[in-house]
Amino acid sequence: MTAFQKIYTKLNQITKATCSVNATGVGNEELATVDGRLAQVVKIIGDTVTLQIFAGTEGIGTDAEVVFFGKPPSLKVGEDLAGRFFNAYGEPIDGGPELEGEEVEIGGPSVNPVRRKQPSELIATGIAGIDLNNTLVTGQKIPFFADPDQPYNQVMAMVALRANADKIILGGMGLSNDDYLYYKNAFENAGVIDRIISFVNTTENPPVERLLVPNMALTAAEYFADIKHEKVLVLLTDMTLYCDALSIVSNRMDQIPSKDSMPGSLYSDLAKLYEKAVQFPEGGSITIVAVTTLSGGDITHAIPDNTGYITEGQLYLRRDTDIAKVIVDPFRSLSRLKQLVIGKKTRADHPQVMNAAIRLYADAANARTKLENGFDLSDYDVRVLDFAKKYSFEILAIDVNIDIDKMLDSTWALFREFFSPAEIGIKEEFMKLHWKA
Amino acid sequence: MTKGIVKGIIANLVLVEVDGPVSQNEICYIDLKGVKLMAEVIKILGKIAYSQVFESTRGLKPGDKVEFTEHMLEVKLGPGMLSKNYDGLQNDLNKMSGVYLTRGEYTDPLDEESSWDFKPLAKVGDKVTGGDWLGEVPESWIAHKIMLPFTMTGQYVIKSITPAGHHKISDEIAIVTDEDGKDHVITMVQRWPVKIPIRAYVDKPRPYRLMETGVRTIDTLNPIVEGGTGFIPGPFGCGKTVLQHSISKNADADLIIVAACGERANEVVELFVEFPELDDPRTGRKLMERTIIICNTSNMPVAAREASVYTAMTIAEYYRSMGLKVLLLADSTSRWAQALREMSNRMEELPGPDAFPMDLPAIVSNFYSRAGYVNLSNGATGSITFIGTVSPAGGNLKEPVTESTKKAARCFYALSQDRADSKRYPAVDPIDSYSKYLEYDEVQEYLNKHISPTWVDEVTHTKDILLRGKESYDQINILGDDGVPLAYHEKFRKSELIDRIILQQDGFDRIDQSTPMNRQRYMLEFILDICDTDFVFESFEEVQPYFVHLENLCKQMNYAEFEGSDFNRFKAEVAQIVAERRAK
Ligand SMILES: Nc1ncnc2c1ncn2[C@@H]1O[C@H](COP(=O)(O)OP(=O)(O)OP(=O)(O)O)[C@@H](O)[C@H]1O
Ligand SMILES: [Mg+2]
Repeated sequence: MTAFQKIYTKLNQITKATCSVNATGVGNEELATVDGRLAQVVKIIGDTVTLQIFAGTEGIGTDAEVVFFGKPPSLKVGEDLAGRFFNAYGEPIDGGPELEGEEVEIGGPSVNPVRRKQPSELIATGIAGIDLNNTLVTGQKIPFFADPDQPYNQVMAMVALRANADKIILGGMGLSNDDYLYYKNAFENAGVIDRIISFVNTTENPPVERLLVPNMALTAAEYFADIKHEKVLVLLTDMTLYCDALSIVSNRMDQIPSKDSMPGSLYSDLAKLYEKAVQFPEGGSITIVAVTTLSGGDITHAIPDNTGYITEGQLYLRRDTDIAKVIVDPFRSLSRLKQLVIGKKTRADHPQVMNAAIRLYADAANARTKLENGFDLSDYDVRVLDFAKKYSFEILAIDVNIDIDKMLDSTWALFREFFSPAEIGIKEEFMKLHWKA
Repeated sequence: MTKGIVKGIIANLVLVEVDGPVSQNEICYIDLKGVKLMAEVIKILGKIAYSQVFESTRGLKPGDKVEFTEHMLEVKLGPGMLSKNYDGLQNDLNKMSGVYLTRGEYTDPLDEESSWDFKPLAKVGDKVTGGDWLGEVPESWIAHKIMLPFTMTGQYVIKSITPAGHHKISDEIAIVTDEDGKDHVITMVQRWPVKIPIRAYVDKPRPYRLMETGVRTIDTLNPIVEGGTGFIPGPFGCGKTVLQHSISKNADADLIIVAACGERANEVVELFVEFPELDDPRTGRKLMERTIIICNTSNMPVAAREASVYTAMTIAEYYRSMGLKVLLLADSTSRWAQALREMSNRMEELPGPDAFPMDLPAIVSNFYSRAGYVNLSNGATGSITFIGTVSPAGGNLKEPVTESTKKAARCFYALSQDRADSKRYPAVDPIDSYSKYLEYDEVQEYLNKHISPTWVDEVTHTKDILLRGKESYDQINILGDDGVPLAYHEKFRKSELIDRIILQQDGFDRIDQSTPMNRQRYMLEFILDICDTDFVFESFEEVQPYFVHLENLCKQMNYAEFEGSDFNRFKAEVAQIVAERRAK
């Protein structure tokens, strides 16, 4: 890289996240250091080059040394990534050796849509709120929309460990040190450390650094999925903090903010990441499970809103007070790719059983409203309420770990316990097969 | 030819200093180490042309060279577009090498080498003008008309025309002489700038013919017409894409153009996988054979996303000029509006509401106005029916894109979060949604003539029952089950019956996913008969179980082959149950 390095020492503008320098021959998105801190070119007007400094600009002087690298941010990819922990720049933080693989630019081009394969492989997690009602598929991208106090990191770790992936890549953004250690321990205890790769920016690191994390994780994922044909699961947590970093930078660049002070390009910025989820023609796949924390449960905020428009569904956690356990909320959660596998890779009655149970669960919610408003309950109301409680406890609770056939059988058993065939409203062919005891 | 050099780069906006004349919307190519990046001029200030680049600008430097082309963004039109998968700039995605999209790789939208069975339609001496049919070639099951290029708006006389036989697209098929006596060679290929409407028609009368979509909540309740416009706004996950996909599978159109504009790649893959397998219910051919997919997914360059809807519309206009019934679907027009917003922000224009460009309403309405039903000069008719989806920020319909679109489109299919949450698909809200066409005299006349003499009244009646059912439901919720007259329960359950049997439709069931008009008529009249029946109930507690039973049986009818033995068995059972409680 030395031949390309150009050095400048006169900054003419410094903001909280960016600085400008007069320089020539610099390329867009090129990497640089400013006083030793990594930075990236985000704008060039004439000979004024604007850089975003990942570690922030605190203490940077107008005489700081700016060194341009002549290339965009990159990661050295190879088998030696496996089992390793890195910071946002892809530098080891586990005391292990430097990476030796081939250097590739992060945030590279997208897969030609006609070369994609349709996702078709089910990811079993043992959690009914996912497998039964919101089945995940390899190549899918889906976030948990979670309140900050919900146990989303635990559920994510659970999903990751049960998912039977060849590699699990953790992209941590603004992860608290405790949560980082939680993941590390969970992976170590499960004895899967050699399948884990982790890029972490903790709350102790500067926020703008986070902007590199998802692309680092996804570049590593592309190596294993595309080149090695492996099944890769990427965990991104917390994408809300990633978006906050985006807004810091765009704000410093005087861009006109759109809704909720987010940059107008938020949708495209997020889509570029999430669309890296793919089923490759040669068999490998990248699946993205992310966390988007909500503020006050508001999903109309620009971050969850844009995310929802990009991802293939979303999962909500909810504490079911009737059973004092956490469940994956059957109402608002949705996996859009489930129809590619349910009833096809799973038992044929799966779609109908799933829908019938959710409809009854919704009836239970209505009955509860009636109860709260002081109205009398009908016999049916009482039965759906009883059903809902058992359904929640025996099937939905996230600490229940059973396979899909068992989930279906248990649901049929509850149907028989509480309802008449007409109240279930399932196609005749399945009633014939499964209704009898 | 004008040349320029790069002076500034802000994401995909590049400032180019030019050495000669440039025009607004002119296409230029920026040379990045030998790779040519296509860009479009979107603003000119003195010697600086602001250009939006249709590719990533990573690595671009001030001083890089630019060449201008003297033409706007164009599509290449000719036989061979059917069943192609294009990106937003009409590059044939299948011709691209590699798994990843390569920057600067532009591929031919047509196949120069394929041979077409040409048949002349005009003869020597005929006077022709742009858009007139000179000949035709069979493209899949469409008689693809070879037209005098739309750019040739003057009067021409045919000097020679190629006799019937096999030809490649760039072979000469005619020579025409203009008013100055100059000869022009005509081939099967022509080009047209996408941002300019093709106006090779006589007039655009009010549309009146029903465009069947197979979706009951549309066809029965709020029909769209050939040449009509509609839009589907809805929060994420409410079913816009699934609804558009079912329309694209079942609609009664000669040709479907699907523009996937800034949405998910996996959704387009679904089309790639399914359409070559699925049968077109009308022709028995594969769906792909009548489909063109314009695919600029959300991770593809944002400027090309903006172009993609225009590319799609221009191809639609081209086929309309052949006298065809074209259906254009765009998912999602909000992404297009956002692409406009991103550029407008980068150019530091004064923003309108929610930072969208001030002229957004005008841009949207100009675009919708390109759809329509047209009379061609040879007496044939053609149409473009356009249905776009809108993805309102925060699901709030009071946002600029929805509001602008509402002014431009005549059908409004509002998807409701509540309906989607309770899996009442398609989640089109029956009460908020409307079709302005239902008010057109000529549409009413058409429906009554072609479906049933009392059809429009029946539809109105259905809407009334739905509305009354909702009012009853609200009352029940306020006053309690036993706080309202028994009739309220019955009214509510009758509206539920219509909802479940007519409005709700299983998009993934082989039979239920598409309902032909005769079956829609049959079912509506069947259900209205039940709704118009007076029932006897002792108490409100009897009402719900009774109707749930009815609903389930009627639902089985929806899943059964129309008028098949299962269908008739369920029908008989329904009749029997109705008779049991019918007031004497
Ligand atoms: N008619 C239907 N029948 C059954 N399920 C449906 C139907 N319509 C929608 N769904 C369910 O809802 C999910 C989301 O639908 P869809 O992708 O069409 O939403 P959308 O409105 O396009 O969302 P976005 O704005 O995020 O693109 C589907 O994956 C499917 O699970
Ligand atoms: Mg959609």
